[in-house]
Amino acid sequence: MIVRILNEGQWRLSDDAVRALNSFDDAVEQAVASADQDQLTKALHTLLDRIRTTGTRVPDEELADSDLILPAADSTLEEVEQLLSESEEGLIPGVGAS
Amino acid sequence: MIFRAKTDKALDKLEDPRQTLDYSYQRQLELLQKVRRGVADVATSRKRIELQANQLNTQADKLTNQAQKALEVGREDLAREALTRRSGIQQQLSDLQVQHAQLQGEEEKLTRASQRLQAKVDAFRTKKETIKATYSAAEAQTRINEAFSGISEEMGDVGLAIQRAEDKTAQMQARAGAIDELLASGALDDPTGTAKDDITLELEQLASTSDVESELARMKSALGAGPSAAPQAIEGQQAPSQAPQPPTQAQPPSLDAQSPQEFQAPPSQGQEAPPAQPQGDLR
Repeated sequence: MIVRILNEGQWRLSDDAVRALNSFDDAVEQAVASADQDQLTKALHTLLDRIRTTGTRVPDEELADSDLILPAADSTLEEVEQLLSESEEGLIPGVGAS
Repeated sequence: MIFRAKTDKALDKLEDPRQTLDYSYQRQLELLQKVRRGVADVATSRKRIELQANQLNTQADKLTNQAQKALEVGREDLAREALTRRSGIQQQLSDLQVQHAQLQGEEEKLTRASQRLQAKVDAFRTKKETIKATYSAAEAQTRINEAFSGISEEMGDVGLAIQRAEDKTAQMQARAGAIDELLASGALDDPTGTAKDDITLELEQLASTSDVESELARMKSALGAGPSAAPQAIEGQQAPSQAPQPPTQAQPPSLDAQSPQEFQAPPSQGQEAPPAQPQGDLR
């Protein structure tokens, strides 16, 4: 599975690794629900760090479509809200996300 | 799941996507150009902030010097005022430092984004030529879709990055412009202590007052022997001790004392001729 972090590039993750991300996704959704920017930044940092460490970078010269697109670590509440409103499963689809 | 690049939907409507490959490549190059301009804009803003920070630093140093001078002449109130203003400047400075760091962050992100996009555009160009050589239209279609969706996603991302950088830069430019205006109008000069602010004026006044006092004291001591004795003293034995005392105009008559006419004669001293006359009379 290929995941894009906006403003950063793409990472290739195993399906297991993606499933493991769901709990982090919940934290992001909660932060957005409670409109807590600090919490959101923290949750995004954790989530994105996890992707960077468990995934491998897709080379710049590879033209590949992403399966997931995630907001940048310094995104604002409004930006993430907008992304989430276009999705019904949180940032990461699967069990655990509402 | 988060949004996907939506541009590929438009591709489905195209009759022969192969025709659009070159056009799309042109668009990619244009966007790449725009990203590079974005990087340059951010760099310009960053440099401007650096310039302003330097100006503020100079002013802060100046206020420190003023405080020092004020203390030397025993004016603690003035020193306090100067230091108070300096702390205002330092607040401005730390604001600027935050902005500077943000701009630097944007600059780095955009630079990386432009490198990524460059690599993808290059990859697209290679792929485009391969696709053009593909015999089967169906196969070409599939490859074209892959290439398009891969690059359009990157373009979407980079477009967002540019948008963000432009917004932030515009905000900061507005703030930087406000500081420039303040600097230009002198509104900041006053509180920050450039050339003619009140602290400088007062220090200058103090300095000139003390100059006058010491000058007076010197003159008084020179005249200590009594008014009538002074001319003789100048020309006589006490001449060396008097040398530093007289202001410039007093000097020529004493040098040319023996002959007032000679003194008036030299053309180079012509401008001093009128004052020289009364001085001659005094003697």
